[in-house]
Amino acid sequence: MISSSLRQPGLWLSLLLVAVIGAIPPLTQSATLRENMFTLLMFVAFASSLNIMLGYTGYVSFGHIVFFELGGYVGFYLLSAQKWPLAAAAAGGGLAAAALALLLGLSILRLRGAYFALATIGINEAMRAFINNFKPFGGPTGMSLNFAVYKQYGGPTQALWITYYSVLALTALVVLVSYLVKSSKFGLGLVSIREDEDAAMVMGVRAPRAKTWAFVISAIVPGMIGALFFFKNGNIEPGDAFRLHMSIEMIVMVMLGGQGTLLGPVLGAATYQQLRTYLLTSPIFKNLQLTFAGLSLLVIILFIPAGVVGWLRARLPRLRRVLE
Amino acid sequence: MTLILQVQNVSKRFGGLQALTDINFELPEGEILGLIGPNGAGKTTLFNVINGVYRPEAGRVIFRGQDITGLPPYEVARLGLARTHQIVRPLNELSVRENVTVGACFGRRNYGLAEAQRIADEVMGLVGLAPRAALMAGSLNVAQKKRLELARALAAQPYLLLLDEVLAGLNPTEIAEMIQTVRKIRGQGITLLMIEHVMHAVMNLSDRLIVLDFGQQIAEGAPAEVSQNPKVIEAYLGDPRLAEQLGMVDG
Repeated sequence: MISSSLRQPGLWLSLLLVAVIGAIPPLTQSATLRENMFTLLMFVAFASSLNIMLGYTGYVSFGHIVFFELGGYVGFYLLSAQKWPLAAAAAGGGLAAAALALLLGLSILRLRGAYFALATIGINEAMRAFINNFKPFGGPTGMSLNFAVYKQYGGPTQALWITYYSVLALTALVVLVSYLVKSSKFGLGLVSIREDEDAAMVMGVRAPRAKTWAFVISAIVPGMIGALFFFKNGNIEPGDAFRLHMSIEMIVMVMLGGQGTLLGPVLGAATYQQLRTYLLTSPIFKNLQLTFAGLSLLVIILFIPAGVVGWLRARLPRLRRVLE
Repeated sequence: MTLILQVQNVSKRFGGLQALTDINFELPEGEILGLIGPNGAGKTTLFNVINGVYRPEAGRVIFRGQDITGLPPYEVARLGLARTHQIVRPLNELSVRENVTVGACFGRRNYGLAEAQRIADEVMGLVGLAPRAALMAGSLNVAQKKRLELARALAAQPYLLLLDEVLAGLNPTEIAEMIQTVRKIRGQGITLLMIEHVMHAVMNLSDRLIVLDFGQQIAEGAPAEVSQNPKVIEAYLGDPRLAEQLGMVDG
């Protein structure tokens, strides 16, 4: 099954896109491009992860960024206070995010539609309040890394490249996992939940379990990337980590590219991130970046609810095998 | 004769509304049992209690010797009890073939994807949906969506199939075709419990009938007996034309 599914052009197109984006910094050896592409790949991974909930399962996780935040904090704590190596700290961040998703899955995933979306925002705010008052994580002032930590990775520059390649690998992993989920029986169960949860359950889909697993899968990599991001940053504090607007932007990326498709979130995140970089650096638009996010979400929902890839799939049936 | 389904003293209420009161019946393997009664009599509620959508306040549902009262619908489905919905519930953005594959994947046999797709193709052939396999389920017309409901339920390869008004909204030709399909299903050895308002169909198809009125079981027996039952005629008097049809079966 897996060997035949690896021959799918849709998977290779998405992975190729990630590889091409990922190859730009090493080829140019530009630090600026590396930082830009780090952010871009990070959002590709976020959007593709969120897509498993939003696109496949049909649940709008509005506070999905909470997994990045928690993973970041736990990973950072393991790095700075427990002196864990980066890989282990990132794994710890991912596990923490997965554990949170599991708990949430067992509790709030019985809510549907807008109620679930609201609950996820609540979780995000609750986590912020918790971390703000949690002494081991530094409370409101946060934590910072001793600069000497980077030595064991061959100096700060080398450490930045290591985090970059790690994010690239994780992004490719998310795309691969998204594909495997989509083409599996588990994925078929998820999309039937999206289409009609009650009907799916009558047909034997164990919806509570399937939704929880989807949530866990979509939380792990954002949690791992959180650890990498703040390792690269050198310090972490609540004001920096808890940015709910990033959640909204993740949703815009998925919707823009095409929810429920494999290529959509990759394309949507890359496009949106490039646009944002342009908007942030342009003197006219620099304060209007979120306005743009809001407006584009409005336009997408009104005119192309299926996103760019969904729109193309509907119009060009011959390309369906490629535009997964 | 093995009993496939036993419904024992089942009662269900919604707030102040007593939807089902002390329902009792048994269904032997291989039979077609018809469930009739005026609108609002509690027929669909009874289906929902049997397949786990609702939990009854009192009573037990026993399926193939196992007490399934209060099991969630997905566990009931996996034991081999499938159903169709009166108001069709297609998975709109999935193709017809994918819809039917879901049924096979998560039904009694819990097939893998490849095997489920093979079963789906077979079942679509049986119910006459094969030419539409690649269409989105949302684009089907009502008659085709009814067939899709049936196909999904059949793909689960159930022991018992609950049919909730599969004939409603169909024209006479489509009804005739669907009756043939139901006969074919029975021929495969699947036991059927069907809610139906199309009287000539349910009278001809069913081995036995149960009549519900205001959540009460008012009659049970062979179609010919039931149609002569004064209580049943009274229940249908709100609709004299139906009462007449019931009488016509004998004559």
